[in-house]
Amino acid sequence: MTDQLDEALQREYEAGFVSDIESRTFEPGLDEDVIRRISAMKEEPQWMLDWRLKAFALWQKMPEPDWAHIQYEKMDFQSISYYSAPKSMDDRPKSLDEVDPELLATYEKLGIPLIEQQQLAGIAVDVVFDSVSVVTTFREKLKEQGVIFCPISDAIREHPELVQKYLGSVVSQKDNFFAALNCAVFTDGSFVYIPKGTRCPMELSTYFRINELNTGQFERTLIIADEGSHVSYLEGCTAPQRDENQLHAAVVELICLDNAEIKYSTVQNWYPGDENGKGGIYNFVTKRGICHDSAKISWTQVETGSAVTWKYPSCILKGDNSIGEFYSVALTRGAQQADTGTKMIHLGKNTRSTIISKGISAGKSNNSYRGLVHMGKGAKGARNFTQCDSLLIGDKCGAHTFPYVESRNPTAIVEHEATTSKVSDDQMFLCRQRGLDPEKAVSMIVNGFCKEVFKELPMEFAVEAGKLLEISLEGSVG
Amino acid sequence: MLKINKLHASVADNEIIKGLSLDIKAGEVHAIMGPNGAGKSTLSYALTGREGYEVASGSATLDGAELLEMEVEERACAGLFLAFQYPVEIPGVSNMEFLKVSVDSQRKARNLVPYSSSEFLKLAKAACKQVNLPLSFLKRGVNEGFSGGEKKRNEIMQMILLQPKLSILDESDSGLDIDALKIVADGINSQRDGQRSFLVITHYQRLLDYIKPDFVHVLADGKIVKSGGPELALELEAEGYAWLESYDRNAEQEVNA
Repeated sequence: MTDQLDEALQREYEAGFVSDIESRTFEPGLDEDVIRRISAMKEEPQWMLDWRLKAFALWQKMPEPDWAHIQYEKMDFQSISYYSAPKSMDDRPKSLDEVDPELLATYEKLGIPLIEQQQLAGIAVDVVFDSVSVVTTFREKLKEQGVIFCPISDAIREHPELVQKYLGSVVSQKDNFFAALNCAVFTDGSFVYIPKGTRCPMELSTYFRINELNTGQFERTLIIADEGSHVSYLEGCTAPQRDENQLHAAVVELICLDNAEIKYSTVQNWYPGDENGKGGIYNFVTKRGICHDSAKISWTQVETGSAVTWKYPSCILKGDNSIGEFYSVALTRGAQQADTGTKMIHLGKNTRSTIISKGISAGKSNNSYRGLVHMGKGAKGARNFTQCDSLLIGDKCGAHTFPYVESRNPTAIVEHEATTSKVSDDQMFLCRQRGLDPEKAVSMIVNGFCKEVFKELPMEFAVEAGKLLEISLEGSVG
Repeated sequence: MLKINKLHASVADNEIIKGLSLDIKAGEVHAIMGPNGAGKSTLSYALTGREGYEVASGSATLDGAELLEMEVEERACAGLFLAFQYPVEIPGVSNMEFLKVSVDSQRKARNLVPYSSSEFLKLAKAACKQVNLPLSFLKRGVNEGFSGGEKKRNEIMQMILLQPKLSILDESDSGLDIDALKIVADGINSQRDGQRSFLVITHYQRLLDYIKPDFVHVLADGKIVKSGGPELALELEAEGYAWLESYDRNAEQEVNA
C-alpha cells in the first residue's frame, strides 16, 4: 500500500506553469533605497514611507525565528527582488477589457475565469500578480453599498484615514521577523471596509500569483468590518514550478468591531517543491484579527501547497462575548513541512473559541499543529474547545501536536482533544473491494476526515477544496 | 461461474491453502465449513486479492476471466463481492456517499451510465429498509458507531446494491442474535435469482437453517476434505470437527499401508 501511496503522491503540480508577461522587476537586494523606490512607485504619502522605514530599522535588528518544527536553508534576503509588476500595469487597466489578455489567460488556466466570474458567480475578485494588484472586479457595484474593496495601494492614497488608523494595529511593525519585513516592503494586497450595519452583498476574494523568478511576494491585507457588519472573504494562492525557493511573507489584519462578523477562508496551493524538497514556496505568514464586543472572526484554511508553511491565523478576543474560530486542513506530502495552528487570546468576558485542526501527512512530510489558548485575567467564563486530529498515510511521514494553554482566570474552561490515525489497510481494502481505485479510495477517506472543516467553507470553495485535496493526493496511494 | 483449480496460497510464507479446487455454477449456493485455522478467511482474501495473501499456484476464474491476475478493484468490478467478517469504519464518509461511489465505480467499469442521485437514493432507501436499518444509517459515517449486527446488515445492504455475480459471505452470522441472523439470511435469500451465486463461509450450521445451500464443503488444513449436500452440515453440527482428525489419521494410515 505504501508503494501505491507514493506513486499516487508523485503527481505533478498543475498550477506550475510560467506566464510570459513582460515585467518591470527590481534588481535583487534590500536597503532603504529599495524601500523608497517601492514607496515612490506606489506614489505613497510621506507617512507611509516613514512607517516602512521604521519597520525596516526594526527588522534589521531582529533574529530569524527558529522555534518552529521545520528545517530549511536560511534565506539570503539580498538575493530576492522586492518588486515585480507586469509592464502593462504602468497604465493601470480601468476594466477587465483593458487587462493584458495573457494575464487573463493565466487565470483562465488556473480555473479562475475572471470575466465569467464577474458576470456569473457574483463574486468580487481582486487579483494580485507578483507585486501588484492587477484588477479588482465589482468595485463600483460594491461602492453603491459603501463597501470599499480595492488594492491596498489605492486605499493608502484614497482612504488614508482608515489605513493610518488600522494598519499595524493588530500586527505591529515589531510583531515578528517576517511581519516586520512585510511592513517594510509590502507591495500590494487587498483592502476591505464594510460600513456599519452592512452585510456585504457578495463574497470577496483575492487570488495571489507569484510569476517572476527570484521575487518574493509580500502582500498586505487589511479588512475592517464596522459595527454590526458582515463579510465573507476568500484568498487563493498559486505559483509556477521552479527549482529555487521563493519567499512569501504576507500579513493579514482583521478588525472586527462590535457585533461584526468576518469569515476569512484560504485555499493555499503554492508550489510545494519536488519530491526531494527542491524548490517550492516558503510561506511565512502572519494573520491576526481583533474582535470587539460580541464580534466574531472565523478563520478557515485549506493548506495543500508550499515547501514550508509557518502560519498561525489568530484571534484576539478583546471584546466581551466575542467569538473566535479556527478550522484548518493542512495536507503535506513529498518533502513538505507545515507548522501551523492558531492563537486564541481570550481577554474579554464570556469569550468563546473553537479550534478544529485536521493534519494529513503523506510521503516523507512533516505536519505540526501548534496552538496557543490564552485565558487572560479578565476572561471570566471564557471557553475554548480544541480538537486536533492527525491522519497518516504511509509510514515515512510525521505528525506532531504542540498545544500550549495559559489560564489566568479560574472560571475559564479549556478543553483539548487529540487523535492520530492512519489510513488503514483495512479501510483501503474495503474501498477497493467495493470497486474504488486506490486513489479514489484515499481521497474519499481523507475527505471524510476533513468533513468538519470543509463544511465551514463557502459552498463553491468547499467543492474546490475537495478537488484540490483529491489532486494533491493523487499518487499517494500504495 | 467460479472455478477454483488447485489453489495454493500463503500468508507470511506459511502455506495455508494447499491445493483447493471448487466449482460453483450460476445460481448455486455453496457453504464452506471448517474448524478455526482451516484457511476459510485466507481463501476469501486470496480470491479477492488482499495484500499479504500470496498465491503460489493454481487458478481462479469468474465467468472465464482469471481473477488472480486482476487488481482488487478489478475483481470487484468483475462481480466478486466479499461481505466482511469484521467490517471497518470510515469516519466522516457517509454511507450514502460510499455506496454511490462504489456503485458508480463498478457501473463505469462495466460501461454503464451512472445512476442519477435521485434514482440511486430510491434504490438505497429500498435496500436500507430491506435489511431493516433506519434510513438515518444512510447519512451516518460508514460503520461509524454501528453495533456488530448493524455492521453485518450494512454489508448485506452493500451487496444488494452492488448486485455481484458471486458473493463471498465470510462468517456473516458471527456475533448475531437470532433476529439479526434472520434479517441477514433474508437479505441473502432475496438475492437468489438462479443466476447469482454465493459462497457462504461459516462455523455453524445455524445460518444454514435459514440459507439452504446446494452444497456443503468441509475445509480442513487448506483443502476441501469432504463435500456433500445440506445434510453434511447437520452431520458436522452433531459430531463437531473432531472426526476430521480421525479422517486425517485414516488417510495417513491408508498412505502408509
